[in-house]
Amino acid sequence: MTQVLEKQRERVVVGKKGLTTNYAIAQAVKDVDVDVIAAYPITPQTTIIEKLAEYVANGELDAEFIPVESEHSALSAAVGASAAGARVFTATSAQGLELMHEILHIASGLRLPIVMAVPGRALSAPISIHGDYQDLMNVRDTGWIIYIASTAQEAYDTIIEAFRVAEDPRVQLPVIVSYDGFLMSHTTEPVEIYDPKVVREFTPRRRNTRPILNPENPITMGALATPDWYYEIKYQAINALKSSRGVIDEVDSEFNEKFNRSYKPVEGFMIDDADYVLVTYGGAATWNALEAAKEARDRGLKAGVVRIRLFRPFPANDLVKALSNAKAIAVVDRAVAPGSPIEGPVFKDVYIALHMADVDKPMLSVIHGLSQRTMYIRDFYELYYRLRDIAKIGKSPQESLFMGLR
Amino acid sequence: MSELKSWTQIPMGGYITEPKNSMNNKTGSWRTQRPVIDQDACTRCRICWLYCPEPAILELDKPYVAKNGRKYNMTFEINYDYCKGCGICANECPVKAIKMVPEVVQQ
Repeated sequence: MTQVLEKQRERVVVGKKGLTTNYAIAQAVKDVDVDVIAAYPITPQTTIIEKLAEYVANGELDAEFIPVESEHSALSAAVGASAAGARVFTATSAQGLELMHEILHIASGLRLPIVMAVPGRALSAPISIHGDYQDLMNVRDTGWIIYIASTAQEAYDTIIEAFRVAEDPRVQLPVIVSYDGFLMSHTTEPVEIYDPKVVREFTPRRRNTRPILNPENPITMGALATPDWYYEIKYQAINALKSSRGVIDEVDSEFNEKFNRSYKPVEGFMIDDADYVLVTYGGAATWNALEAAKEARDRGLKAGVVRIRLFRPFPANDLVKALSNAKAIAVVDRAVAPGSPIEGPVFKDVYIALHMADVDKPMLSVIHGLSQRTMYIRDFYELYYRLRDIAKIGKSPQESLFMGLR
Repeated sequence: MSELKSWTQIPMGGYITEPKNSMNNKTGSWRTQRPVIDQDACTRCRICWLYCPEPAILELDKPYVAKNGRKYNMTFEINYDYCKGCGICANECPVKAIKMVPEVVQQ
């Protein structure tokens, strides 16, 4: 069986390249053969669309590249193209994602399968171009499916999966693929590239299965809905996001059959017997936490890491399963929700998920890595010892821990 | 009003798949006052028809003999399915033949 898979993989994998995550994203967008790219440059996203512009200019990718004057227009053009039936990609970060905000709700409300890459970046003021996930957390309630990748390979694979999920007639929603700004977007990693023919087989166009703007068969999208109708139409999109999880799992298992790679919505490392677990998302936090967990285990502490890959729809049951045996849990947020009962945005989601399932563990909210403040392995290592102490007390601290703050 | 359907019965995203379906929206239900035309005072000048923004003034091939003996071969009536009761017709009528009457719930 393994041999069969290995042979199949040899056929599918056409090369291994050193790519930044941004270039891996551009490669994936080329391999799925998009029709329209509408984007505006912003750090740290710019190198994706630079590369895509190059592909279009030199004829490697037959797509319409729409240069626009702002991110608001970028997503608006994407909405129009997608409504007309095109396969559309865009990308942005930080202020650009904020400027897109109202159109984010329109894309999901109109059920348009746009795929967007978001290398996470800190928000101004003070001005920062560096990475964190504040931009992403601010758009979590816009009705998009949201993945957070942790390697360049995962980002490449996730873009391919994202088009399949977005365009599935049972889903029909836009998808964000996010990852660490700079720490991933500009870091070169080895990435296995697949045969574009196989990628295109995996992502067949579904133009005929969704209603589109077509003069031969005219329809209206985006008409006014009076209070008698708004609630029902909004609920359709809410329900589509909630029930997209089945399709997300199905697409990943088909992806695994084709490309021999699979990504679970929640990924656990050394958690079977772990007493103390750090919950992370993105690349830097996860892999540094894992190094720290290994060191902690060398010193006899049963440490584990749980990475959240699928952020929306939130994989609540998977987290309950992964965290039920832990004695104490910390959620490391690279974003902040000022004025909340506790400041970690993903901490709140994890806390609610566990308590909805009647799982009550001492939990610590950790804020770290804002605007790319260095998250040292020793910081995560220290967290495991804090969790040991918290487990002894048996109570969740009432305040978020702002790590790395002077 | 058209039937209020469940979220499972509405086209995805609220797309409008049949043209002209705004006709199903009977905006007459918004009205608090209804225009009533005095057919004897009306001179058939057509100004109400011209000004009605809806438009909800019907120009009908209906002969009418006024009390003063004057014969008309047409009649203006209000389409109460869509008239929102804005009162522009009553305001513009040069002979004050249109009155706005409060819509009251019958006790």
